Amino acid sequence: MSKQEYTITVYTENQIGLLNRIAIMFSRRKINIESLNTSPSEVEGIHRFTIVINEFEDVVRKLCRQIEKQVEVLKAYFNTNDEIVWQELALYKVPTDEIAEKVKVERLLREFGARAVVIRKDYTVFETTGQREETDGLIKALEPYGLIEFVRSARVAIIKASNGFHEKLKEFEATEPGEEVVENEFLDKGAEVFTM
Amino acid sequence: METLDIKKKATSAKAAIQPETSIPGQVTQSASLTGSQAVLEAFLAEGVDVIFGYPGGAIMPIYDALYDYNEQLTHILVRHEQGGIHAAQGYARTSGKVGVVFATSGPGATNLVTGLADAMIDSTPLVCVTGQVFAHLLGTDAFQETDVINITTPVTKWNYQVTDATEIPAVLAKAFYIARTGRPGPVLIDITKNAQIQAFPYEGYTPCHHIRSYRPKPIVRKEYVQEAAKLINEAKKPFVIFGQGVILGQAEAELKSFIEKTGIPAAWTILGLSALPTDHPLNVGMLGMHGNYAPNVMTNECDVLIAIGMRFDDRVTGRLDKYAKQAKVIHLDIDPAEIDKNVKATIPVWGDCKETLPLLTALVEKKSHTAWLQEFRTLETKEIDTVIREELNPVAGELTMGECIKVLNELTGGNAVIVTDVGQHQMVACRYARFNETKSNITSGGLGTMGFGLPAAIGAKYGAPDRTVVAIIGDGGIQMTIQELGTIMQFGAAVKILILNNQFLGMVRQWQQLFNDKRYSFVNITSPDYVAVAKAYYIEAAKVDDRANLRAALKTMLDHPGAYLLECMVGKENNVFPMVPQGCSVSEIRLS
Repeated sequence: MSKQEYTITVYTENQIGLLNRIAIMFSRRKINIESLNTSPSEVEGIHRFTIVINEFEDVVRKLCRQIEKQVEVLKAYFNTNDEIVWQELALYKVPTDEIAEKVKVERLLREFGARAVVIRKDYTVFETTGQREETDGLIKALEPYGLIEFVRSARVAIIKASNGFHEKLKEFEATEPGEEVVENEFLDKGAEVFTM
Repeated sequence: METLDIKKKATSAKAAIQPETSIPGQVTQSASLTGSQAVLEAFLAEGVDVIFGYPGGAIMPIYDALYDYNEQLTHILVRHEQGGIHAAQGYARTSGKVGVVFATSGPGATNLVTGLADAMIDSTPLVCVTGQVFAHLLGTDAFQETDVINITTPVTKWNYQVTDATEIPAVLAKAFYIARTGRPGPVLIDITKNAQIQAFPYEGYTPCHHIRSYRPKPIVRKEYVQEAAKLINEAKKPFVIFGQGVILGQAEAELKSFIEKTGIPAAWTILGLSALPTDHPLNVGMLGMHGNYAPNVMTNECDVLIAIGMRFDDRVTGRLDKYAKQAKVIHLDIDPAEIDKNVKATIPVWGDCKETLPLLTALVEKKSHTAWLQEFRTLETKEIDTVIREELNPVAGELTMGECIKVLNELTGGNAVIVTDVGQHQMVACRYARFNETKSNITSGGLGTMGFGLPAAIGAKYGAPDRTVVAIIGDGGIQMTIQELGTIMQFGAAVKILILNNQFLGMVRQWQQLFNDKRYSFVNITSPDYVAVAKAYYIEAAKVDDRANLRAALKTMLDHPGAYLLECMVGKENNVFPMVPQGCSVSEIRLS
């Protein structure tokens, strides 16, 4: 088993300080967070963290258990890239002159599925969403034309096999939890545990 | 000196000082209370009787309110906040209740950090309330402002900053619930000064019983209990190892029934110590680096290893890739994150062992493993012959730590609470102290906090006022929190302090001797005249350095009605054996 990219999805209460509580669990283990996004989830009042790390499966599994143990965390899942649909958004600022003169803008936009967000005399801002190779591809294409600024968002990801959190939340809200709340991966059920 | 009796304590507060709106503890609904009063009302509702604390600027409103609650709440003024939190730990460990601490902002709060880390790793339930600067000053580098929430996040089970008094009843209810349920741990509540002062319409106190994002206990899966029972019934050489989970879960009787029905030998981690009486015929001793020979060796001989409420600390397992590889492992634990963390479980039994052990006991067959148990006893004899006899019964030369403990056992009959600090004396005390009762061994296990012993013993005495509490401390550790003699002096906590003085930082010296070619680098520590120090604090004290007077000296200490300090001069360069050297397998345990 080698290290690979895992996307960790954490459902939490919306609480000040929780970001730090979760982030330090990675830094304590000297694990670099490649990307981190927090956003509302499909359930009102429940927050969703999407965290990308490069690690061994065993490390990720243990880490998710520790995350799930935090008082304000409802659930933590981890998935490999083929178990999720994911996207990142990137913005590129380039000099308008250069682009207009030297590149066929329409071709560029079409090829990379990009769109121009702002067009001014001095600069143009393009936006594209996609996976890493796609957003990286546009950097390469624009670099020769004086890319002024580039920024990429954190990954957001949807778990393919997930049925959402609405039903699970009901079990958390009940005083006596159902089976779903504490999933037990043992007796050779390992693979099913952290995928919904 | 005032004797310790928290129920009959004298009070200085006058009823006249109480606010018109309320009588402490009998606050009517919709009365107007300040945030500070709400904190104390919460304490009363949660059954708190003792607070360990130290006042300061940012917590003054709470201390002002405390003045009126003096009859219901005993406050022990410690000499340092670290002493306060260790005392609360000692209290929690002997009483089984939540320990409570007050400290002010800034240095007061940062002084709690070591105790929080200790309580976190040893699963001790605490609620610490810290004062904080006014909310409008947060982030301005105000006087005594520190970012306590972020500093304490990795060492608390939960923490929360209150800036509005109306939150206080619900937040404290949550704090006590989180601290004591599931795998217990420390909680810190930081309250800004404005919230302490703020008056609000008080609607009464509602204890917390449920937080949707927090599941204190995993669901017990009966199928795993059945699988576990099957493994146990088929086992030829089963071995039980248990930890503090048994004590925290109050499952001592359940453990006893389980091992007695199955006839399985049982060994303990240092935090599990006293959960099973020392003289129980199935008790085969202590696990780990300085544990007994038999349980360490047999870990790598057994066919089924049943771990109950313990977390496979590296000091227990030694080299992990050579730990119990031949065995099927059944792991009973309340914390799902402990399963497979260090040792892969063949059958995990998630849940509170108070619930899972009886389920398991019902399914296992009544058996005895006489021959297997005899193998433990044979190895024990080997350890007695090479280590223990000499350690406990020396006839010449310097006093040994072991003989001090042995004589202490004879005098207390194994009925005392033994509080230890960290180092050689701790290992010796845990190895040789005898216990008849649970919650009797109080020590800093996971964090190994030197300086824990003396303040923890003060708290232990408040947690178990009717019991004899003996603090066994080395000459290094005592000097880390020696200021708490002042607390003992002021409040008359009848703690017996036994200093085992070998004039070295003994455990580090032992390692330097064994692994660093005797290059004794800064382990030579000098001591003050402890007897004179104790007497300066008006605490009775004596010193003993010869065998002939040891018993009489210990008896005098125990018979003395109040606190007493006895310094025992022991062999300078004695080592604690057996020992599993770091990086070695438990079966490579050395007897010399």
